[in-house]
Amino acid sequence: MNLSPKFDATAATAEVGHPVAHDSAERHVAGSAPYIDDLREPAGTLHLAPGHASVACGRVTTIDLAAVEAAPGVIKVLTAIDIPGVNDCSPAMGDDPILANGEIHFHGQVVFAVVAETRDQARRAARLGQVAVEAATPAVTIEDGEATGETVLPPYEFLRGTPDDALKGTAHVMSNSMRIGGQEHFYLEGQVAMAVPGEGDEMLIYSSTQHPSELQHIIARMLGRPDAAIVCECRRMGGAFGGKESQAAQWAALSALAAHLTGRPAKMRLDRDDDMIMTGKRHDMRADYKAAFDERGVIEAVEMNFPSRCGYSADLSLGVNDRTMFHADNAYYYPHARIGSQRIRTNTVSNTAFRGFGGPQGMVCAERMMDEIAIRLGVDPLTIRKRNFYARGRDVTPYGLKLEDNIISAVVRELEKTSDYKARRRAISRFNKKSRILKKGLALTPVKFGISFTLKHLNQAGALVHVYTDGSVQVNHGGTEMGQGLYIKVAQVVAEEFGIPVGDVKITATTTGKVPNTAPTAASSGSDINGMAAKRAASAIRDRMAELAAKLHQSKKSEVHFAGGRVTAGNGEMTFAELAKQCFLERVSLSSTGYYATPKITWDRSTSSGRPFLYFAYGASCSEVTIDTMTGEMRIDRVDILHDVGRSLNPAIDIGQIEGGFVQGMGWLTTEELVFDGEGRLRTHAPSTYKIPTCSDVPEDFRVNLWASKGNRENTVYRSKAVGEPPLMLAISVFSAITNAVASLKKGKVPVLDAPATPEAIMRAVNAMRAGG
Amino acid sequence: MSERGSIKFRYRGRTVALTDVGPMDTLLDWLRLDRHAMGTKEGCGEGDCGACTVALGSLRDGKVVYEAVNACILLLGMIDGKELICVDDLARDGELHPVQQAMVETHGSQCGFCTPGFVMSLFTLYHRGGAVDRSMVNDQIAGNLCRCTGYRPIADAAIKTCSGTPQDAWIAAADEAAGHLAGLDDGHDVFIGDAASFFAAPASEYALAALYSAHPDATLVGGATDVGLWITKQLRSLPKIIHTGRVKSLHAITEDADTVAIGAAATYAEAEEALGGIDPDIAEMLRRLGSKQVRASGTIGGNIANGSPIGDTPPVLIALKARLQLRHGETVRDIALEDFFIDYGKQDRGAGELATKVTIPKLEGDQVFRCYKISKRFDQDISALLGAFRFTIKGSRIRNARIAFGGMAATPKRALAAESALQGAKLKDRNVWENAAAALDRDFSPIDDMRASSDYRRETAKSLLMKALIEVAGEASSNTRVTGVRGGELESVA
Repeated sequence: MNLSPKFDATAATAEVGHPVAHDSAERHVAGSAPYIDDLREPAGTLHLAPGHASVACGRVTTIDLAAVEAAPGVIKVLTAIDIPGVNDCSPAMGDDPILANGEIHFHGQVVFAVVAETRDQARRAARLGQVAVEAATPAVTIEDGEATGETVLPPYEFLRGTPDDALKGTAHVMSNSMRIGGQEHFYLEGQVAMAVPGEGDEMLIYSSTQHPSELQHIIARMLGRPDAAIVCECRRMGGAFGGKESQAAQWAALSALAAHLTGRPAKMRLDRDDDMIMTGKRHDMRADYKAAFDERGVIEAVEMNFPSRCGYSADLSLGVNDRTMFHADNAYYYPHARIGSQRIRTNTVSNTAFRGFGGPQGMVCAERMMDEIAIRLGVDPLTIRKRNFYARGRDVTPYGLKLEDNIISAVVRELEKTSDYKARRRAISRFNKKSRILKKGLALTPVKFGISFTLKHLNQAGALVHVYTDGSVQVNHGGTEMGQGLYIKVAQVVAEEFGIPVGDVKITATTTGKVPNTAPTAASSGSDINGMAAKRAASAIRDRMAELAAKLHQSKKSEVHFAGGRVTAGNGEMTFAELAKQCFLERVSLSSTGYYATPKITWDRSTSSGRPFLYFAYGASCSEVTIDTMTGEMRIDRVDILHDVGRSLNPAIDIGQIEGGFVQGMGWLTTEELVFDGEGRLRTHAPSTYKIPTCSDVPEDFRVNLWASKGNRENTVYRSKAVGEPPLMLAISVFSAITNAVASLKKGKVPVLDAPATPEAIMRAVNAMRAGG
Repeated sequence: MSERGSIKFRYRGRTVALTDVGPMDTLLDWLRLDRHAMGTKEGCGEGDCGACTVALGSLRDGKVVYEAVNACILLLGMIDGKELICVDDLARDGELHPVQQAMVETHGSQCGFCTPGFVMSLFTLYHRGGAVDRSMVNDQIAGNLCRCTGYRPIADAAIKTCSGTPQDAWIAAADEAAGHLAGLDDGHDVFIGDAASFFAAPASEYALAALYSAHPDATLVGGATDVGLWITKQLRSLPKIIHTGRVKSLHAITEDADTVAIGAAATYAEAEEALGGIDPDIAEMLRRLGSKQVRASGTIGGNIANGSPIGDTPPVLIALKARLQLRHGETVRDIALEDFFIDYGKQDRGAGELATKVTIPKLEGDQVFRCYKISKRFDQDISALLGAFRFTIKGSRIRNARIAFGGMAATPKRALAAESALQGAKLKDRNVWENAAAALDRDFSPIDDMRASSDYRRETAKSLLMKALIEVAGEASSNTRVTGVRGGELESVA
């Protein structure tokens, strides 16, 4: 770890670029940072628990709720007919009923919700419901879904050049397939919301959500009320990772419905098992790929196809699967390419956003192709990777974007050196020659990740900044805090603008009442767009303050400086608070909104043309693993990471995102396995069966550094780069290292290794290596 | 002995006496719903994520010892006689506790939801004192899941602050706390409720056996690491709870030259040293069993008595030829542990009968032992399978083999066919190994589930037997294992 990046971001800035602690760090450790379930409940608060059918698909014939209604403490049982307005909590497509309406589409779909005096009473009563279903055979797997031919959205394709010709013509052609598993978010704070009825048609909803605006709109629509009557607020989430972008809405809506019908505050906090069964996950996919390459391993053409288990509805599958396609190149140039995606409908929970948003699956496939070419040609995989990197003259992506900020070769060259790749490669070869049971593998893989929402209209943000007459500053913006440190980064930006210590900036909860019509906090965009909006709001106020300061001290506005909590204007000097007070007395507004729309975004999906990303974040990681070829067990020995965050707004926060993202990706690709049974029931619905990494899974030898960047080429906030999602994909080096270790068993043979690489999956790959052929 | 209709414990320096304790009340619900002490979080409600970690102080040899436990599945009544410390209690006069301060300085929190649990786990490590390295930290926080940080900063905080001599308000009040807890230990039998519904924690084995005999329909609870989930997850109604933890004789761990005897209510943590002393592989198995929190609560007796096919100690104890003592009222009997497990959900335990002690023969000079746990994740996971092997070696031959597996059948079970294939065989004869491995197909027909397929279980069981034989025949475990290398075998081939 290196908290002092090699570039000097702090030279010109007093607050931005410093490793300031998370704004809530002291409250986190003291247990005094309240999450929604910790808030004092208004007197008379009711509690909800969901009820579902026992099967994954079919037509509901009867719902017998007599026993539920008779259970102790039960006030009401909600079903679809209780919804006065629109029964839908989907982000766009209108296909996610809040309460099932006659049809069951997946196991765990909510049919009714119990409203009771206590949570325990609600949960116990919910078990008493009898939902009779004329059960049909569920489509559970991708292959089941392919067989039915049902999709949630039409297929989509990028085509460049003539891949078919190339795939016929070249001497080296490969054709293969791999499976890439899904992933449960496992935010530590489960889904939770509390609705408090107000006067008239007003309602205040506290929700652990990445998307307060969408919740507001869904609830307004459900109740048939104007958006303006509904306020949604979120101070912090106990983790989200994409799992509270669209998936928080249903529970907030049910709370609001209960509050509407009873006139009492209502809270819904899902039990962990219900949460895991009822909310969407990362899409699992099959990656089918063909590639033609020359004798040096340079790719001439690819054909990649990603059938994807979307679950029963569209949810965010359009954007997710598009992003798989956008990242099927990772950092590699494909002269001819066909990249396709099938959005398969299955009778499973609707899959959703998850850090990386489809990108990781595309990149895993790209890296598998590199590994396979290397094995076929008997060349070090890193050599093959480097030969295929985007470079001058080979810098247009399959979707037509010309890379302007490509630094991948330089990043990889540096990491290759600092990780001592070559010497370790030799040592590992020696080890594998001598060691019978244990085999080692090493891989260095790149990351290139596009930053911006691929849905153009989401690339906008608003902020609201107030300066009070005592000089204290309150900042609010549309971004939500889920642990990523967005609030502190934005506070640093605002403090910088006013030349005051970051401690003087009061951070407040995100609420639709202060900043309306916001985008979800997603796509790594939080600090880019909200930071910029807040900067503009602060800058507008500062401008007015500077004007007055100049007037008061007979100097020019350009000679007014804000620094260290003081304002100097010519020869005059005063504290920031004194100037604020003066502004009030002179009737100068101390409040401003700020607005930012990401420039240069021109993507047109219908023609697959234009620019979907403002810039790319780059990084690379090198992982060394040891596998046990008798049991399939695996240990990670060392990890080196070099990652590009532009000029860091806060290197401590950024390092935290990089390390945490890597470990989350590592879990996705190794221990985290979602198992559905033949009836479509999730069997891994608790941490006892679904295994995210623990501390010992993270190698003690874990070396993380920030790339010595001169700053983002694009004019982002203080030339920083987004950091939320890209580091997750650094973990692909672990998967490739395992592939490398398995490959050592037989020269020239390509391991059949699927993700996640559990002991069983590794053992399957090992056995396939040892089998004939 | 007289009865007490309340529980009493030390909380924020004072005695809390509660007379209204339901049999199914959890400690976490008491904290959050009754006390509105909201620092302690519920992450999973099943003792796996550690967000609800609190510290419990117990009097041991006149000193208060702090252990991390999961409040979500701990029954409130079980904290009788203990000191309860929660995250809300650590900061004093606006000053953070050293472990809290270290977590801030290393940027050890992101979303912050798991943080209180980590703080409490580190608090107990802090109070342990002495040198702390990464592997100790890994072990200490294996029961605390963090989804944000990747753990590195938390491990740094632990190493930075937990090494050395603890100095905090609890050290300053150590004598007072010890005296306080000694005063709470009144030897009375706790009984709250009535004959139809109660929480009871008898203080003597006699009272326990008598109460259980009178209420054979009651649920016996050791550490509640399993029963807790019946309540929080299955929402079962358990109106009668009898907690075994206050019976001192059932915590007894006695050792002589040939055997180790462990009282049924001894926690894994209490039994760790004696059991782990039999062989380093057992110490490693115990280290990977649950987490610190689970091992501080869960009991050896509970691991056996609940009859699970995937408990980690039964196959090990069976391979060691352990015997189980059971008691019904005044009647005591003693059986081979393997005979206790009859079928899935069925054990040789009569109504009102309770397990009291397990006696384990130590390894003799000519015996060697190995055991291996296979799970998706190394720490705090439930076994897909676990193999335990005890070989008696005479010269170049295997005089006798005892092999038991968990996760391979409806009960923890011996591999009799494989054992007999090895009986009298040459230790280094690979053909014999292959035969014995093949014989496992006759011993077991494992099932498919979310932890592993039947094929993987079957093949890996063979691999574990082969691995045991390879090691016993002389290969260093550093060449055969990616984890749990036996002490003194650290040199690698590279």
